[in-house]
Amino acid sequence: MKSIVKTTLVALAMSAASVTYASAADIGACLITKTDTNPFFVKMKEGATAKAKELGITLKSYAGKIDGDSQSQVAAIETCIADGAKGILITASDTKGIVPAVTMAREAGLLVIALDTPLEPIDAADATFATDNFLAGELIGKWAAATLGDKAKDAKIALLDLAVSQPSVGVLRDQGFLQGFGIDLGDPNKWGDETDARIVGHDVTAGNEEGGRKAMENLLTQDPEINVVYTINEPAAAGAYEALKALGRENDALIVSVDGGCPGVANVKDGVIGATSQQYPLLMASKGIEAIAAWAKDGTKPANTPGKNFFDTGVNLVTDKPAAGVESIDVKEGTDRCWG
Amino acid sequence: MADTETKSSKMQDFERVLEGSEKGIASFDSNKKSGVERIQQILHSNPAFVPMIVLILSLLIFGFILGSKLFSPFALTLILQQVAIVGILGAAQTMIILTAGIDLSVGAVMVMSSTVMGQVAFRYGMPPELAVLAGFAVGGFCGFINGVLVARVKLPPFIVTLGMWQIVLATNFLYSANETIRSQEIAAEAPILQFFGEKIIIGGAVFTYGVIMMLALVFILAYVLNYTAWGRHVYALGDDPDAAELSGVQVQKTLISVYVIGGLICALAGWALIGRLGSVSPTAGQNANIESITAVVIGGISLFGGRGSILGMLFGALIVGVFSLGLRLIGTDPQWTYLLIGLLIIIAVAIDQWIRKVAS
Repeated sequence: MKSIVKTTLVALAMSAASVTYASAADIGACLITKTDTNPFFVKMKEGATAKAKELGITLKSYAGKIDGDSQSQVAAIETCIADGAKGILITASDTKGIVPAVTMAREAGLLVIALDTPLEPIDAADATFATDNFLAGELIGKWAAATLGDKAKDAKIALLDLAVSQPSVGVLRDQGFLQGFGIDLGDPNKWGDETDARIVGHDVTAGNEEGGRKAMENLLTQDPEINVVYTINEPAAAGAYEALKALGRENDALIVSVDGGCPGVANVKDGVIGATSQQYPLLMASKGIEAIAAWAKDGTKPANTPGKNFFDTGVNLVTDKPAAGVESIDVKEGTDRCWG
Repeated sequence: MADTETKSSKMQDFERVLEGSEKGIASFDSNKKSGVERIQQILHSNPAFVPMIVLILSLLIFGFILGSKLFSPFALTLILQQVAIVGILGAAQTMIILTAGIDLSVGAVMVMSSTVMGQVAFRYGMPPELAVLAGFAVGGFCGFINGVLVARVKLPPFIVTLGMWQIVLATNFLYSANETIRSQEIAAEAPILQFFGEKIIIGGAVFTYGVIMMLALVFILAYVLNYTAWGRHVYALGDDPDAAELSGVQVQKTLISVYVIGGLICALAGWALIGRLGSVSPTAGQNANIESITAVVIGGISLFGGRGSILGMLFGALIVGVFSLGLRLIGTDPQWTYLLIGLLIIIAVAIDQWIRKVAS
C-alpha cells in the first residue's frame, strides 16, 4: 500500500514538475516547521516569506499541530512533491523518522534543506542551515566559568535539558556548555554520563516555563546550594528562576541559556538570565529560500561552512556583563536582532 | 414469615413454577461473608480507601529509600506545590466523570483562561481585577458550551470535549500569538495575577496560596457532593440518568451546571498557573487534561460514573507527585515515572471493576 502511494506520488510529482518546467517562471517552495505558533518558527516563516516575495517564488507553509507531530510533516512533504515544488525547507520534529519521506522528495528532484535541526544522519538532507548549537553551548559555558573565576572549581551545576529522548539540539547545547565550562564530557553524543562532582544533576523541561520550574525544584531538593544553571532555552530559564526565587536564592545562582528570543533577551537585561546565546531563524529561512532559487535556476547545491558539515547561520553571546576572553554583544544589539 | 408459609402450603396450579425457587423475602446482606467479600464491601463504601493506602505505601517505600530527603517539610510541601494545578483541574474532572462524562478540554480551557487574564491586563490595559473576571468568564463559557452540547444536543462528552480541546487550544495560540508575558511585568503592573504564588512559610514547610486553595476547593466540593441535594443529583445522574430523571432530578440543568462549574474551576486553575509560573505562557499545561484524568482514575473514581470520592482524586494526584519527586530524588530516568503511573492506572481500573461486582 505504502509503495503504491509512493509511486503514485512520485508519478504525480513528475507530471506536475514537467508542467512547471513548461511555465518556467513559477518556482514553488515549501516551508515545513514543527508548529506555526512558536515565535521561533513564526520568525522563520517571516524570513522565508519576505525572501520568497523578493525572488518571485511561491511559498507554501506547513506545520505540525504540536511539537513532535511528525505525521503532519510527512503529509506536508508528500503534498509538496505532488505540488511540484522545487525545494523544501524543513525543521523536523523527528529527525530520524522523517528521513524516508525526505529521501522520497529528493528522489523526486526536490532540494531539501534542514533548518535549525539537523537530520540524523545529517547528510539525509541536501544541506543544513543552522546555528552551531555546540558552539552556542560552549559560549555560555565559557562565560559562566569566566564570570565565576576561582569559584568555578567548586561550582554546583544544574542542567535543565529538553527531553529524555535526547534530541540532537539538546545534546549539542548541553555538551557544548559543559565543554565550555571545562568539564570532561564522557560520550559527547549524550548527556548524563559525566562523572564530574560539580554536576548536581540533569532534568528535563520540555522547553517551557512549567517544566523549567519543576525540573529546577527537583534538582534543588537534591542540592539546595546549586549556583550555576544551564537551561536549554529561555522559557525553561524563566521557570528555573521562579523556583530559585521561591527559595530566595535568585541572586546566588548564575542562569545561562540559548535562543535569543525577545522575552529571553529582556530577561538578560533584567538580570534573570546572566547570558544567552542568540540564534537567527530569520536568516536561516531567507538563506534557505535563496538556495532553492539557485537550485531551480541551474541546479547548484548550497555549500557548507568551511570546516563544518552544515551551513552556519551564526550565533552571538548576549550579555551586559562581558567576561574576559569571551566575545559577546550587549543587550541593546541583542534586542535589535531578537525574534518572537 | 408465617404468612408466606401458609400461602406456599396452599399452592395453586399456576404457582407450581415457583416450586424450588427462593422462598425467603428480599433481604440485604447476610452476615456470613468471606474475608474477600468483606474487603470488597469496605472498598465499595469507601472509594478513597485504595488510593489512600497506595499513597501511604508509596510514601513509606520512598521514605525508606530516601529518608529525610523526602520526609522533610520542604520536600513534602513541594509535592503539594507540584500537584496543585493538577489537583485543581482534577476537581473539575472528578465532577464531570461522576456524571459518566469526561472532559478532555480542561487543560486547554485552563491555559486559555490564563492567557485571557494576561492579555486583558496587558494588551488592553484593563484593571487586573477585571482581567481575572474575564478569565473566569471565558472558562465558564467554554464549560457552558460543553454542557449544552452534552446535555441538550446529546452528543457524547468524549467527542464534545475532544473538539473543544482543539478549538480552545488553537484559539489560545492564535489569540495570544504565543507570546509570553514575563514575570517581572506582571509583578510590576498586575500583581493580583500572581496571587496564588504567594506563600506562607511554617518552619521548612512552604504553602503557596495555590496549594491552600486546592485543598479548600477539594474539601468544599467533597462536602457539596456528599451533603447537598445538587451533589447527590450529580451522583444519581451519573449512576443512572433515566432513574434520576424519573425520581425528579432535572438532569439536563444539573448536567449543564456541572460543566459550567467545571469550566470556572479550570479558570481558577489558570489563575493558579500564573502564580506558579510567574509568567503567562500559552504553551503551558498541554498535558494537563491527561494528568487530571490520571489523578481521577488512580483516585478510584469510576469512569462509568456515579461512584468515587473527590478525596480519592486528591490522593491520586499526590501519588503521582510522590512518584515523580521520589524517583527523581533517587536519580532514575523520568521515563520510569510514566511507566509506573501507567501500571497504577491499569491496576486502579481493575480494582474498580472488581469492586463493581459487589454491587451487581
